[in-house]
Amino acid sequence: MTINESFTHPLTEHEKTSPTSSDATTAKLRVENLNFFYGKTQALKDISLDVPANRVTAFIGPSGCGKSTLLRCFNRIHDLYAGPRSEGRIFLDGQDINARSVDANLIRARIGMVFQKPTPFPMSVFDNIAFGVKLYERLSSHAMQERVEWALRKAALWDEVKDKLKYSGQALSGGQQQRLCIARTIAAKPDVILLDEPTSALDPISTGYIEDLVNELKQDYTLMIVTHNMQQAARISDYTAFMYLGELVEHGETTQIFTKPTQRKTEDYITGRFG
Amino acid sequence: MRHYTSALYRRRRFVNRCAMVLCLLAAFFGLAWLVLILGTLMVKGVSALSLDVFFERTRMRDGGLGNAILGSLILTSAATAIGTLVGVAAGTWLAEYGGKSRLARAVRFINDVLLSAPSIIIGLFVYAVLVLPMGHFSGWAGIAALTVIIVPVVIRSTEDMLNLVPTELREAASALGAHRWWVVSRVCYSGARAGIVTGILLGGARISGETAPLLFTSLNSNQWNFFDMQGEMPNLPMTLYQNMTINSFIPDLVNLAWTGAMILTLGILILNIVARFVSRQSH
Repeated sequence: MTINESFTHPLTEHEKTSPTSSDATTAKLRVENLNFFYGKTQALKDISLDVPANRVTAFIGPSGCGKSTLLRCFNRIHDLYAGPRSEGRIFLDGQDINARSVDANLIRARIGMVFQKPTPFPMSVFDNIAFGVKLYERLSSHAMQERVEWALRKAALWDEVKDKLKYSGQALSGGQQQRLCIARTIAAKPDVILLDEPTSALDPISTGYIEDLVNELKQDYTLMIVTHNMQQAARISDYTAFMYLGELVEHGETTQIFTKPTQRKTEDYITGRFG
Repeated sequence: MRHYTSALYRRRRFVNRCAMVLCLLAAFFGLAWLVLILGTLMVKGVSALSLDVFFERTRMRDGGLGNAILGSLILTSAATAIGTLVGVAAGTWLAEYGGKSRLARAVRFINDVLLSAPSIIIGLFVYAVLVLPMGHFSGWAGIAALTVIIVPVVIRSTEDMLNLVPTELREAASALGAHRWWVVSRVCYSGARAGIVTGILLGGARISGETAPLLFTSLNSNQWNFFDMQGEMPNLPMTLYQNMTINSFIPDLVNLAWTGAMILTLGILILNIVARFVSRQSH
């Protein structure tokens, strides 16, 4: 990971001077007493959680339990809309991401996100990848080409699109589009990658690609994935959080959650008794 | 196979055929007029077509339509240029920033009213606020009237096309750390470009044939007007009107009017074809 290490992010300077939480070394992200509201409806209730670095954390739970809402709190995407509001704090490497002095765009540059539906921009494959890079880095065209190839290789897409870099990203197949979106996220070199049901619109083969990818990416990144598929959570995650009706019911190592859950609700859910 | 020939099925098949025939007749009825109009224009227009039409000014005898064509081009392209700037900006505000706010809803409503306002009213308005205070007809006034007509068209098409860009794309671009304007200008515009350009071209086609608003504003002239925007601006629609009505006793002028009508129609036709081509490019 030499390329990644050599990369200094605009926030890193600021980070050093910002107040750090006591356990910042163990947790990449720390959530403290997070409450979240869509207007008057409370979608998240008093969530506290540590997300370890370089691990995959899966969020499972029935529809409407708040998994996606929680995920979207991590990169402040809710800020784009007027209605939602949150209470509580989220720390990224000890820095409160909701603090007034923090620019949401700088947070988003460090916490990338892949959505349920593939979201290639209406531009070429190359420009799709370069889009995020250009936002915070000034690269020569040669360096940019290298970065694009690096990201596409990392997303296991290079061999399929290396002759199609000038084609529209929207002309790729669904599975390729999703890997393009992952490549686009990686290219911007974030610390954390959020995946919101990234395979629910894909066929089993494409799903397999993405899962392998997630496994590989955790060496360099902290990943969080929302999934409806419990087998998927069991296959690819190191930690699993079970949510129900806006509450975090249980959170622990995936093997423990799936073999010896401590909460009755968790057991009922993973054995298919409800949800 | 008995149930396929039952009375019920036969009746349905009969109704189906009747509906089909009626639809075809209606389509032919509409198309027939179009063909008649285009045919008449071609037949009557070609006879007087010559290079002089484009390079001679309008005169009682041995004239052309050059000044009117140039004037129309100036008026239409200036109004389209201004209308594009104002319309795209306003449409972008409505789609990306205004949302459902009270101001945005008010602007949207006023725009809808303006979109269906009779063009003669717009001409009268510009006459009252520009021509009367200035004391004379002018190219500027004509451009102002045409701009007022094209702006709502561009606003509407820009807003509609931007609304077609999926919200997920905006979120995805924002999730990379892009500021709002960057998201709009890089992602939303590239998704909506074909539709917006189509809207502008169709708006241009619409105003190029407008006559009523020019009556009160640019008026008409039988002289060349090379960009003297303070003076009266000759234009094709009003020249056609004058040649066909008050000058209808001069056969040459009537023939020229037919040629002008053909040129105008072909121009609009070309704009429409280009618009279709552009909108197809996006797929």
